[in-house]
Amino acid sequence: MTTEHLPALQVVVPLLAAPLMVLVRRGTFAWLLAMLVSWATLAIALALAFQVRADGPISYAIGNWPPPWGIEYRVDGLNSFVLVLVALVASVVAPYARASVAAELPRDQHYLFFTMFSLCLAGLLGITITGDAFNLFVFLEISSLSTYVLIALGSNRRALLAAYQYLVLGTIGATFYIIGVGLLYLMTGTLNLADLALRLRDVDEIRPVLAALAFITAGIGLKLALFPLHLWLPNAYAYAPSAITSFLAASATKVSVYVLLRYYFLVFGVPLVFVRLPMAEVLIGLSVLALVSASLVAVFQRDLKRMFAYSSVAQIGYITLGMGLANQAGLTGAVVHMFNHGITKGAMFLLLGGVSLRIGSTRLERVAGLARIMPLTSFGMVLAGLSLIGIPGTAGFISKWYLVLGAIERGYWGLVALIVASSLIAVAYVWRFVEMAYFREPEPSAAKLDEAPASMLVPAWLMVAACIYFGLDTSFPLDGARLAAQVLLGAAR
Amino acid sequence: MSFTGHYTYWVTIFLMIAGLYIVIARGNLVKKLIGLGIFQTSVYILYIAPGKLIGGTAPILAASFHTYSNPLPHVLILTAIVVGVATLALGLAIVVRIREAYDSIEEDEILEIDRSEGEAQ
Amino acid sequence: MSHESLLLAALFIPVLGALAIAACDRWPDLRETVTLVTAAALLLCVLSLLGPVLGGAQPQASLVQMLPGIALSFRIEPLGMLFALVASTLWLVNSLYSIGYMRANREAHQTRFYVCFALALACTMGIAFSANLLTLYLFYEGLTLVTYPLVTHHGDDEARRGGRLYLGYLLGTSILFLLPAIIITWAVAGTLEFTPGGILGSGLSNAAIGGLLALYMFGIGKAALMPFHRWLPAAMVAPTPVSALLHAVAVVKAGVFSVVKVIVYVFGVDRISGLTSVDWLPFAAGFTIIAASIIALRSDNLKRRLAYSTVSQLSYVIFAAALLTPLSVAGAALHIAAHAVGKITLFFAAGAIYTAAHKTDVSQLDGIGRRMPWTMGAFAVGAISMIGLPPTAGFVSKWFMLSGAMSTGQWLPVAVIAASTLLNAGYFLPIVYRAFFLPAAGEAHGEAPRTMVVALLLTAFATVAMFFFSDVPLLLARRLAGA
Repeated sequence: MTTEHLPALQVVVPLLAAPLMVLVRRGTFAWLLAMLVSWATLAIALALAFQVRADGPISYAIGNWPPPWGIEYRVDGLNSFVLVLVALVASVVAPYARASVAAELPRDQHYLFFTMFSLCLAGLLGITITGDAFNLFVFLEISSLSTYVLIALGSNRRALLAAYQYLVLGTIGATFYIIGVGLLYLMTGTLNLADLALRLRDVDEIRPVLAALAFITAGIGLKLALFPLHLWLPNAYAYAPSAITSFLAASATKVSVYVLLRYYFLVFGVPLVFVRLPMAEVLIGLSVLALVSASLVAVFQRDLKRMFAYSSVAQIGYITLGMGLANQAGLTGAVVHMFNHGITKGAMFLLLGGVSLRIGSTRLERVAGLARIMPLTSFGMVLAGLSLIGIPGTAGFISKWYLVLGAIERGYWGLVALIVASSLIAVAYVWRFVEMAYFREPEPSAAKLDEAPASMLVPAWLMVAACIYFGLDTSFPLDGARLAAQVLLGAAR
Repeated sequence: MSFTGHYTYWVTIFLMIAGLYIVIARGNLVKKLIGLGIFQTSVYILYIAPGKLIGGTAPILAASFHTYSNPLPHVLILTAIVVGVATLALGLAIVVRIREAYDSIEEDEILEIDRSEGEAQ
Repeated sequence: MSHESLLLAALFIPVLGALAIAACDRWPDLRETVTLVTAAALLLCVLSLLGPVLGGAQPQASLVQMLPGIALSFRIEPLGMLFALVASTLWLVNSLYSIGYMRANREAHQTRFYVCFALALACTMGIAFSANLLTLYLFYEGLTLVTYPLVTHHGDDEARRGGRLYLGYLLGTSILFLLPAIIITWAVAGTLEFTPGGILGSGLSNAAIGGLLALYMFGIGKAALMPFHRWLPAAMVAPTPVSALLHAVAVVKAGVFSVVKVIVYVFGVDRISGLTSVDWLPFAAGFTIIAASIIALRSDNLKRRLAYSTVSQLSYVIFAAALLTPLSVAGAALHIAAHAVGKITLFFAAGAIYTAAHKTDVSQLDGIGRRMPWTMGAFAVGAISMIGLPPTAGFVSKWFMLSGAMSTGQWLPVAVIAASTLLNAGYFLPIVYRAFFLPAAGEAHGEAPRTMVVALLLTAFATVAMFFFSDVPLLLARRLAGA
């Protein structure tokens, strides 16, 4: 009986945990529950993924109301992959968060932190699994609102303004999305994504559909930090609590990318978006701008969290680049980079959280000599940095391989040059950290400090190990990504 | 494109633009939230107005009526209103905390405080 | 043991050795013993593979599948066998030398040094035995990263700057040029396996082949083809055992090895000989040979002179391979071995001079031959090998390269080889002359520590021995060229 309700449980489990935490009001209880809940969602996501690979897409009608009138949860080759990614990141961050939150937040706020964390997780999973356009908006706002709270819980008062700015921009984004959905509803009379795809083909008046596409692109583009709508990201990532930066960097933007992929390829369809409209050129152009400019800005940052936040904007550029290439190799590269960047950046921000805990700051000059004080953390950063650059043997290399292959297949030689050149810029900013950590003497005040606590180091190193492991034994992420790409191009379900 | 026939859309556009303008042009954090609220209101009209069909009655089944107005947009907008209220409440809560931390709710003043603090570091 | 397990053992022995060395951090004597034992074990392993390979076997092993259709796999072919043999032999000798040098100069961070050395050898074995371009590329990048701590060993500003140039040039060329070249090859050929006769098929136009070759040649930055050679002199900031490793055993040889392997097994000698679009390569290599020799001539710093001599000698290999005749390709393979033993001798001598006399410049070397006869004797042997005179290894490889050049029927290749021979004489012989025939200057000093002297004599002996007992390298080189 339970297995047939797995799609619903995927969202309900974290959703129910949140009010429970508020009722009990104990930080330790909230943390334990958050950890168990994240592990449970991971188990459910993996079960769903295996079931989809074996039997094909799963359709679940909420409340037994049949689609397209009722809300449908639909798991196919594309979103099962994203579900696993989000749940995986949450499962690693939750145990980590205990020590991190204890250092950064006052005691009476701990249970609130984990409440919001569960809500955010429920929201992200809901966005991924739902097959209804308006339901997606609801979950989008659930995850966004909880994210605003989580960012505002950061210890620096600048986190407040960062959360506020993200709130304003995020709400504008979500409202744009809902305007787009409204226009689509007006033209087709349905909100079910699969049904929309069918009915859009018969629509004669194309202008509202184009307007809907524009609004949805702008709205979701804000959420996924598509250049130039990325301005909220550096501040939000820099000032949020470390566990949240890691969680968001690894999952939130990826979910928004998934939404855009779903709409472009499986609702509007390739003939409209890529053949009739120049979306491919627009996406590629914006991605290139993101890649080059964000990477360059990252080189000159003085704070490590900000540096890697800008790096995230550039890495999202890689994903949207793969989207713009819109061929099997490019889309495989985009989807696998969602996973690879998730574990790479997740690892880096988790490690930086340990630095913040011990040193009290993540400014570049304060981590001088880090290799002597926190050798495991520094080496973990080096390995994750290599994955960011895309050295073979790390996960990041696999994404680069497919993106370059996709560009070659389209004959975009300039793009090939840009993809590899931006990897070199990544070398520049990763090496700034390496030189600071390994070539300088530690500050006298920092010299006697210890390595980060085990509860933080173990999850972080799990992610680092994953970066190396999935760079060699690529079967799990790559099979998932290839299946997702095939689903997007209509070659599989 | 007649004005009177499409005047609900004109209202929608006006509210949308007005709301966005307030968000961008005003530096006071509370006023920005007000602008945001106005912007969100435009969406409500966008959904609800087309739901009222000409000659349609309230969506209650009765033998003598054939055309009913669409109740679904109302349901959707109720949800959207709730989301809007939650967002507004959260935004205001953050503004309260900002006031406690910075003693101001003007964006340019806050940015100036941050900048001078950044230079002092 | 089966051939496959011997092959995998050759890869894992240095890695296990690195772990063991790290564990023995507190006990320096034990740590040094572990290094020597590991190096000896590796040499034994490689030697036991030599027999079967000479008999015609091609042991192979496959690890994980990294990308669909491309696995991390290994296969031993003649050139790889030669490279592995050179590397493993010289690691043992270099370890002996390092022990003497590091202790005499009281260098810090010795454990890190030996660990990175072992890992570098693991990567070298990976490169030597790689069965496809992806495996080669993985270990190639690994080698760059693992030798970075060795280059920046001293940790001061100068080391940091040198390290930046090192990493910048090597990672820059490999990411900008080599990686796209490999992916393009995959897109065009559908395979990355090294195959005699090449894998490119007939799909590519003339110009495309020329362009792809350029991407490969400039992408393999470790071969120091100008203008991407600057990392070599920059890496001189490292302690001398590292320079010896870089310039004889691992890094540069990995570069030219990859160049020859790509030309023979990816492009295919017959496939590209006669194409006009590949004509630029002998010119680029020839230019590097001459230009680097001229810079060497004008350098007073001994290690810098040796560095530019290396740049020049590496381009010998590229030049010979680019001539695309069987004799010259065999000569290229032989030169990988010959240059290795000769150059390592020269670097050992430079390190010995620094350790014993604290001298770094050629102009300071007057009369040093009287005080350090063994060292300078070995230096003289190495110098003769560089020039290419009998009875040294350099003569054997030069003979083949010259024969290959003459068989092309063009005069320019022969002229280049002749001119560079003269230039080599021009910057090596004066050092030997100064050392032995000018009166000694400065304060008195003795020979270098014994372990260092033993090491230098071993490699000098090997340089001469390779002239007399050249059958194994010759057999392997001939097999390669015949393939």
